[in-house]
Amino acid sequence: MSLLQIQNVSKRFGGLAALTDVSYSVQKGEILGLIGPNGAGKTTLFNVVNGFYPPTKGEVLFKGESISHLQPFQICKRGVGRTFQVVRPLQRMTALDNVIASAFLRAKDKPGAEGIALDALQFTGLYEDRSLVSKGLPLGKRKKLEIARALATQPEMLLLDESFAGLNPFEQNELIDIIRKVKAKGITIMIIEHHMKVIMSLSDRVVVLNYGEKIAEGTPKEIGNNPLVIEAYLGEAESA
Amino acid sequence: MKRFLPLIILAILFILPLVGLSSYIMHILILVTMWSIIGMAWNLLGGYCGQVSFGHAAFFGMGAYTAGLLYYHLGLSAWWGLLVCIPVLGVFSLVIGFICLRLRGPYFALATLALGEVLRVTAENLVKFTQGDLGILIKQRTWVEKTWYFYVILLLAAGSFFLIKKVIESKLGYYFVAIREDQDAANSLGINTTLYKTIALCLSGVLTGVAGAFYMNYMGYIDPTTVFPLYDISIVTVMVVMVGGVATYWGPVIGALIMVFLAEVIRSVPKIGAAHQTLFGILLIFIIIFLPNGIVGDFRKMVGLFKPRGALK
Repeated sequence: MSLLQIQNVSKRFGGLAALTDVSYSVQKGEILGLIGPNGAGKTTLFNVVNGFYPPTKGEVLFKGESISHLQPFQICKRGVGRTFQVVRPLQRMTALDNVIASAFLRAKDKPGAEGIALDALQFTGLYEDRSLVSKGLPLGKRKKLEIARALATQPEMLLLDESFAGLNPFEQNELIDIIRKVKAKGITIMIIEHHMKVIMSLSDRVVVLNYGEKIAEGTPKEIGNNPLVIEAYLGEAESA
Repeated sequence: MKRFLPLIILAILFILPLVGLSSYIMHILILVTMWSIIGMAWNLLGGYCGQVSFGHAAFFGMGAYTAGLLYYHLGLSAWWGLLVCIPVLGVFSLVIGFICLRLRGPYFALATLALGEVLRVTAENLVKFTQGDLGILIKQRTWVEKTWYFYVILLLAAGSFFLIKKVIESKLGYYFVAIREDQDAANSLGINTTLYKTIALCLSGVLTGVAGAFYMNYMGYIDPTTVFPLYDISIVTVMVVMVGGVATYWGPVIGALIMVFLAEVIRSVPKIGAAHQTLFGILLIFIIIFLPNGIVGDFRKMVGLFKPRGALK
């Protein structure tokens, strides 16, 4: 059964159509890659799923129930966690406090929250850095902290928005391992990524957006050979 | 040692009146303690939850008028105001929160700024209900001596201190700081930002109101310009916390101490005295530039500022 269904979602900002009639679904347990050129509407789609924007038309269903008009915190409570493209750690808090703040969603008391938080930090390899103020962490660790924080809300589904941007190859490999481990825990993942090597090696399926419309959907291999996708990324054949 | 510091300080303050201080010094101590409560209350909302208010006079004045009107209309002792102002300010804060907390950052600050002024003008004009500019006078204050007033406000301050400490160390505290640092991120981490901002506002409003109700009892007289003013209450509240240290437990206490003493000292200087607000303004600029986290928050840095610096360091 599909965990998340996006049904004919359109989002307009005044006269600008950021998303037009996008439909697809995410199956339980898979990693779905969402790709597309800059400005294709990927982050807008995340914001619609996450509840920051209500869709202008269409609906988002999570476990068969509509979540289109819920607030982000309600959607998070139902089991959808997310990270941000531009990392947004709670700057003047330590790494541990950052994660504790989100762990309180499921924990009854502070020791409980701390337990969940420490697990999440261990899971993402940040345990040693737990008492550092998150403002001072390097980008790679802040990206991991975002994931730890989202994991501490114990989601069934995780939305990762360009978690790999700006990382060096070593950090990228670490993060790939972490994401595979997240998948092994049974958490469904939808990931936006520009880095083709990462998306092709991680994703079970890929959806391609261009100018707010879905132009392709399929396995990484199918996508790599799809002429529409090649055109969107490299321009038309004759003009090349 | 550090754990017992609040208790030790409380004990020292408790025996302080017994050494026979002059009535003027007692007055200053009472004002310092009252201002620490207002500062702590503001700090909860502005320092921890990040919702900067320029209208805490609204809550202070509401508390003072709650006590005053109980006395004036119902003939009850104004001390009941300390209790009655809790539900009154709670409901008032809920209404204000519903209206203002949908605004963010500077817009919230501006809305609260207007709020204080609106209440002042209202209190001035509802002559039948509030006596307008005539104010409310308690004909006979409870005690002539200041000692008991000091104990009452000290108890209230200690209560506020421990309440706030408890709140900040709990889930609420984490949520408040998360909201301060990034409201959208907090929202997507499952934090109902509107709800928790409203809780912060209610706690802050009620504590400020309690201080206001005490003020009515202590001074025995209030009018709209003494309890709802923008400069003397709202702005000074912000300064108490900024000077002392934003988002620290002791900041508001230290800030209140400095601000009250400074106001008294400056006022007693001939000619310059009238310009105490100018000097406060200069002090605020100095603090924001050199000690953005206040005296408690930037204590190490402050010590460094006054040390002679070596060329190589």
